[in-house]
Amino acid sequence: MKILVGIKRVIDYNVRVQVNRDGTGVVKDGVKMSINPFDEIAVEEALRMKERGEAEEVVVVSIGPDAAQQQLRTALAMGADRAVLYQAEEEIQPLAAARALLKIVQAEEPGLVLLGKQAIDDDANQVGQMLAALWDRPQATFVSKLERTGDTLKATREVDAGLENIEVDLPAVVTVDLRLNEPRFVKMPDIMKAKRKPLDIKPFAELGVEMPPQLEVGAHEPPPKRQGGTKVESVAALVKALKDKGVL
Amino acid sequence: MSRVLLIADHDGKTLNTGIARTVACARQLGNVHVAVFHAPDADAACAAAAKLDGVSRVLSVSHEANGTPLAAVLAPQIARLAAAHEGGYDYVLAPSTTFGKDVLPRVAALLGVPQVSDLMEVIDARTFKRPIYAGNVITTVKVPEGIPVLATVRIASFQAVGEAGEAPIVAAQAEAELPGHSRYLGLAESGGSDRPDLQSAPRVVAGGRGVGSKENFEIVFKLADKIGAAVGASRAAVDAGYVPNDMQVGQTGKIIAPDLYIAVGISGAIQHMTGIKDAGCIVAINKDGDAPIFEAADFGLVGDLFTLLPELEKALDA
Repeated sequence: MKILVGIKRVIDYNVRVQVNRDGTGVVKDGVKMSINPFDEIAVEEALRMKERGEAEEVVVVSIGPDAAQQQLRTALAMGADRAVLYQAEEEIQPLAAARALLKIVQAEEPGLVLLGKQAIDDDANQVGQMLAALWDRPQATFVSKLERTGDTLKATREVDAGLENIEVDLPAVVTVDLRLNEPRFVKMPDIMKAKRKPLDIKPFAELGVEMPPQLEVGAHEPPPKRQGGTKVESVAALVKALKDKGVL
Repeated sequence: MSRVLLIADHDGKTLNTGIARTVACARQLGNVHVAVFHAPDADAACAAAAKLDGVSRVLSVSHEANGTPLAAVLAPQIARLAAAHEGGYDYVLAPSTTFGKDVLPRVAALLGVPQVSDLMEVIDARTFKRPIYAGNVITTVKVPEGIPVLATVRIASFQAVGEAGEAPIVAAQAEAELPGHSRYLGLAESGGSDRPDLQSAPRVVAGGRGVGSKENFEIVFKLADKIGAAVGASRAAVDAGYVPNDMQVGQTGKIIAPDLYIAVGISGAIQHMTGIKDAGCIVAINKDGDAPIFEAADFGLVGDLFTLLPELEKALDA
């Protein structure tokens, strides 16, 4: 089985994101960029499945700027077999991304597509579900445990009521949650080795995606600041303050 | 008047508490119909939906396949209902619960339209605010004219509507070809306590890594029971195995907006603060006076939680 993993280049999760001066976006100049953390977990899971003999090939794909080659190289250094970048300098919204992934899926014919449950930049949480719909295949979202038995997958999903199990037939789309695994640390020799692995770069236009209606993105603003920061000296003072405020 | 289709999140018996909050958003947009997909003879959630103020009709969609919440099974039916029922809907909304987040993008793709995730404020009929970057940035998005608006609604941003409504419940058909490739096996683990529901409780007490162990978490439960609060936890506490994941508050857990939030032994990572930004009053109890949560807390108390919590309980008796 071939596993296709989608990854997105995003601002590193450790960076405190700032709105730019004219409110048209966020500050990206000189800011550390990384693989979307959930996507990194997806890469790790694909590699573990390969190591267990449940998959033969792991292909990572990204749709994004030329610089996303860095993130694909990281995935190759983790152990992915090859990578493809569909170059798009403009923002590709979820439905367009899902349509693009469908084209890639039709060309690659993977048995499983693994994606992060959401990208930590737009927090949309849509692409996996949309791809599954367009592909007319099962989806398992928010997955924290995955077991393959023959042509089916048993997935444990993190839902509001606790954990839920579903079973899906392959091929399928799985979006992963934090607790699925801990991505491996990339060692120097692996980074060197990754430089020789195949990384194809193609223009996004080559996919021939019919562009869906797009959301018009307007102003960006910081959230209203909480007026916090008051410290009280004792439990008695706290109780009094809460009673005065009418919350106790 | 615009027509809004709201997809109910329920467990076969009770309606998710987020629905009353989603209705508050939906009624700003038009005439609200709530669709309840359920198994035959399991339609208790319909009656609950009919009571919500602002709901003008409940569409009861009964089908053998609808007894379990599988997105692959429900999405084609929702898409069908949204596009065809009485000429189609202008809006299709679902709460930003794991159910809504699972199913609605699948519907959006079938309809070929974009989705607004985590809608937090209605600016006008097509313009909305939503959080990005873990709530550190609020952005405004506009849905182009001529297509239905699909959105998941950030329930913490809306106050629940009342329950004095009397909407008629009507049977609706949503015939679509249903796949057999996905099977629901059941809940593997559930919090299942008698305590108030984390997402709707007016008071929440939450513990973090500072609580130290599963056994020590009892101290958090005790304080919560004392003030009738729900119990939450930071991701660190969940990862350490102190409590199950469904208690997690934060970017990757639940986003809540109680009147009172007491954070015990929680340092206040950005991802956690995302989950409580809309809380009415935040109290932080932590031995590290420099913990970032104190910057956001309305009231901070620096000290050992194992001394302060019992003291607090006693003070509440007085």
